[in-house]
Amino acid sequence: MRKLAVDVVVIGGGSTGAGVVRDVAMRGYSTVLVERADLGQGTTGRFHGLLHSGGRYVVSDPLSATECAQENAILSRIQAGAIETTGGYFVCCPGDDPAFADKFLAGAAATGVPAREVSVGEALRNEPRLNPGITRAIEVQDGTVDGWQLVWGAANSARHYGAEILTYHAVTKIDTADGAVTAVHCTDLKRGEDVVIETGFVLNCGGPWAGQIAAMAGAHPVDVVPGRGIMIAMNHRLVNRVVNRCIYPADGDILVPVHTVSIIGTTDVKVDDPDHLAIEPDEVQQMLDAGEVLIPGFRNSRALHAWAGARPLIKDNRVAAADTRHMSRGMAVIDHTERDGLDGMLTIGGGKLTTYRLMAEHIVDAMCDKLGEKRACRTAEEDMPPSGAGKNYVVTHRLEEREHDRFTEQIICECELMSRKMLTDALAAQPNGSFDDLRRQLRLGMGPCQGGFCSMRATGIALETGHIDIERATALLRLFLKNRWLGLWPILYGDQVRQTALDNWIFAGTLDVEHLPPPDPSVRPEPEIEKKTPVAAVMEAGVRS
Amino acid sequence: MTEVNDRPATTAKAGLEFAGHELSRASLDSCVKCTICETQCPVSAVTPLFTGPKFIGPQAERFRNGESVDHSLDYCSSCGTCTLVCPQGVQVAELNSQARAVMKADHMPIRDRLVSQTTLMGKLMTPVAPLARWALGNKPIRTLMEAAVKVHRDAPMPPAQSQTFQSWFASRPRPATVPTRGTLVFFHGCAGGYFEVETSKKTVEVLEHLGYEVLVPRQGCCGLAQQSNGLFDEATASVLKLCDDLRSSGKDLTIISSSGSCTGMLKHEAHEIMGVSDDRLADVGTRIRDTMEFLLDLHDAGELPTDFAPMPMTVPYHAPCQLKSQGIGKPALEVLRLIPELTVVDSEKVCCGIAGTYGLKKEKYEIAQAVGRPLFEMVKATNPDLALCDTETCRWQIEQSSGVKTVHPIWMIHAAYGLG
Ligand SMILES: Cc1cc2nc3c(=O)[nH]c(=O)nc-3n(C[C@H](O)[C@H](O)[C@H](O)COP(=O)(O)OP(=O)(O)OC[C@H]3O[C@@H](n4cnc5c(N)ncnc54)[C@H](O)[C@@H]3O)c2cc1C
Repeated sequence: MRKLAVDVVVIGGGSTGAGVVRDVAMRGYSTVLVERADLGQGTTGRFHGLLHSGGRYVVSDPLSATECAQENAILSRIQAGAIETTGGYFVCCPGDDPAFADKFLAGAAATGVPAREVSVGEALRNEPRLNPGITRAIEVQDGTVDGWQLVWGAANSARHYGAEILTYHAVTKIDTADGAVTAVHCTDLKRGEDVVIETGFVLNCGGPWAGQIAAMAGAHPVDVVPGRGIMIAMNHRLVNRVVNRCIYPADGDILVPVHTVSIIGTTDVKVDDPDHLAIEPDEVQQMLDAGEVLIPGFRNSRALHAWAGARPLIKDNRVAAADTRHMSRGMAVIDHTERDGLDGMLTIGGGKLTTYRLMAEHIVDAMCDKLGEKRACRTAEEDMPPSGAGKNYVVTHRLEEREHDRFTEQIICECELMSRKMLTDALAAQPNGSFDDLRRQLRLGMGPCQGGFCSMRATGIALETGHIDIERATALLRLFLKNRWLGLWPILYGDQVRQTALDNWIFAGTLDVEHLPPPDPSVRPEPEIEKKTPVAAVMEAGVRS
Repeated sequence: MTEVNDRPATTAKAGLEFAGHELSRASLDSCVKCTICETQCPVSAVTPLFTGPKFIGPQAERFRNGESVDHSLDYCSSCGTCTLVCPQGVQVAELNSQARAVMKADHMPIRDRLVSQTTLMGKLMTPVAPLARWALGNKPIRTLMEAAVKVHRDAPMPPAQSQTFQSWFASRPRPATVPTRGTLVFFHGCAGGYFEVETSKKTVEVLEHLGYEVLVPRQGCCGLAQQSNGLFDEATASVLKLCDDLRSSGKDLTIISSSGSCTGMLKHEAHEIMGVSDDRLADVGTRIRDTMEFLLDLHDAGELPTDFAPMPMTVPYHAPCQLKSQGIGKPALEVLRLIPELTVVDSEKVCCGIAGTYGLKKEKYEIAQAVGRPLFEMVKATNPDLALCDTETCRWQIEQSSGVKTVHPIWMIHAAYGLG
């Protein structure tokens, strides 16, 4: 058993937790962040990739709109490398009420969201695949964001200020004594070791799991209502700007160009368990239909991968009116002192990735209040090296890098132009990493072949360079393929079928991966959210039998 | 609010905006990374400077958004082999050509502008043919040219002629035979008009011998050289002007050409690479036939006289990339096999290396030579005196590099019909 002692323990390594631990550390507290999986593997790794301009909320939720606009500007500056300032359009599609655009423009002016109507011709020239039947187009400052880069940026900044980040550490218990938090127990999943962290304050940033975590401290149940949304990544950028439908926020009304793909989303279905998110066939069809409205011919383009995330919405009638000081619409800070008679713990829920810095500011302000201390928030002022200051991300970056090292570097993941050096550097930095850990950093296996060619190359290199032994190689490869397949089953149609058939011949046929010796028991499936569809379950049963 | 009038139109300007969009870009969805294109690419086989068709095509395209960052794509010769061999239907070569157009939009070397001015070159060289022939064969002058405009000193140059095809056609005695089979339009192309005048003459004489009336409207350039050098605006203007020229002879007439590459431009490249969507192009593109394709069609219909004189010899034949890309097989091989005692050996080589103007360029000359070397060896070994090939620049390349006189297959047909 390992023991640690810090001022503040932050639970949950999504965008919220990462923003919070950075803020806490910058205000001079000693702190540890505990995350049961890799950073950004909860909702933060399963979101839509949109850095909101605020446009989406100018009519429905003016306060959120203003917050988004302000945070968008801040993040684009302090985390430039994680954000592409693509710009965006709100377009009235055939059948949409063109008058909504007037409400939109009025709302934008009132909330301080930069917006400008452009001619339909200009919009179509800039985005030639857009539905030629659009009747109006409004330009906004939407951007796109890599959730993982954003979280690592914040985590690195926190480390710089002395914070410790413990990934693959699951919180199992929170000790209290005399109505106050005293320690947090967790299990180091990679080493199978117990860790106890003595502390006077816990900030619960568990997202959709926040209710489970609050319960570990004996708090009254926090009613988290996970709202499941599905998204589908299409093979390439059908648009180079974010394209939103200019309507009251609804399902499937946004197409977001993130890195090399464009993502259509999303839905919102109330579910009970954030660990089991299905991708229902009718929702997939709904998304494809929605895409077709924005981009005629959308259904003919190639879908690569589908996934689902759960919105961490907190519906809590125990929250006293007095607490709303620390609440802005869409985000809620729960003070367990009054609610549960428990000192030293705050829970945060709701919000958006775009406003993660502001959420952190709110909850850390609340903590300082409770501790009776005045420590100012400085997170908006400081860049986050190394990817922070400087130029914003653009999609051409990797192509440019490969152009420069083309005579010396092998390309291992051809779809995402990942070089051998990128892989071996990442392997050296985290010898215990799974291939999914590498994927989140390098985009290994995230392109059209979905790991078909690169995963075996990566496995071979990891083995050849002595980072793993043969048993672990087998286990890691199988786990990686399994996880890729989860997102393939729901969208097996069109061009992606040909790819998966080829990949399957390679792995099941040539490599006979299913009959390799049993996996190394040290490679446990991560607490990866299962995204199993009924079809997938049947097919997997078929494979096993 | 709808502003219909400022919708994008398919004009010359839109040619470049088209780059990276619609047809070809959509086809990248079909790539399964099988790598067949890479195994067949004649350029990647001989140089590491080129990153290969799959890399610069369906892969790199996903990373492109306007700005051009991968200048090495210029090592693609645009031979089109990748598109031809792709079993999934990815328009690899088209994607590459479009990306090149975006790249060149900003910084086009003066050389690439000059070598793509095929009509201009012909016009300038014809009146001073002996001088031009001398200058282009003159080492010190070519060395200067290499330094000034980066055209390699040993690269093949078009043979300057004393008379253009048009002036021959206008001044020759009227054919004695009365046409019995109807009317055809002949498209000679720049090379066929100024440099390969003999090929054009022989084509017309064969067609007239078969009983056709042949019309030759005044005609400009198809813009292929501009297109392959990434000058889409100019190329689009040229090809549409040419369509007007060719249509001026009459509706529904079949158009015949012995310029295999220009035919490819009209049949599919202008549309697929530059996105030219124009009824005039569609009309001309569906009416045009390669000369040997036309003869084979006649033969298949039982309408080609086969009273050929025997030609007891063995000749190598090379099917050019741009002919293969038309999806018509190798019609010359089949037609030539009708000539008694003539043995035609298919080179079965992918490419001669020249790829239009690619092999002329100083930095690409060696690559083009390396690409063509197996072909040059095959040609020399098969017949040191004569080789056959359908397109002009390929003939110049083969002739220059192998030392074997290389002519269009129509020369054999012409001779076998006893036309002189
Ligand atoms: C479908 C969908 C699309 C979205 N799209 C956008 C968008 O485009 N733009 C935008 O700005 N916002 C978007 N959002 C909202 C945004 O993604 C979320 O608000 C944000 O990611 C939430 O981050 P979080 O850190 O609060 O939660 P999470 O990212 O879920 O983090 C919670 C973490 O707690 C960890 N955890 C759970 N239990 C334990 C335990 N016992 N011990 C240790 N750790 C534990 C989990 O592993 C997880 O990593 C979207 C949300 C959804 C659902």
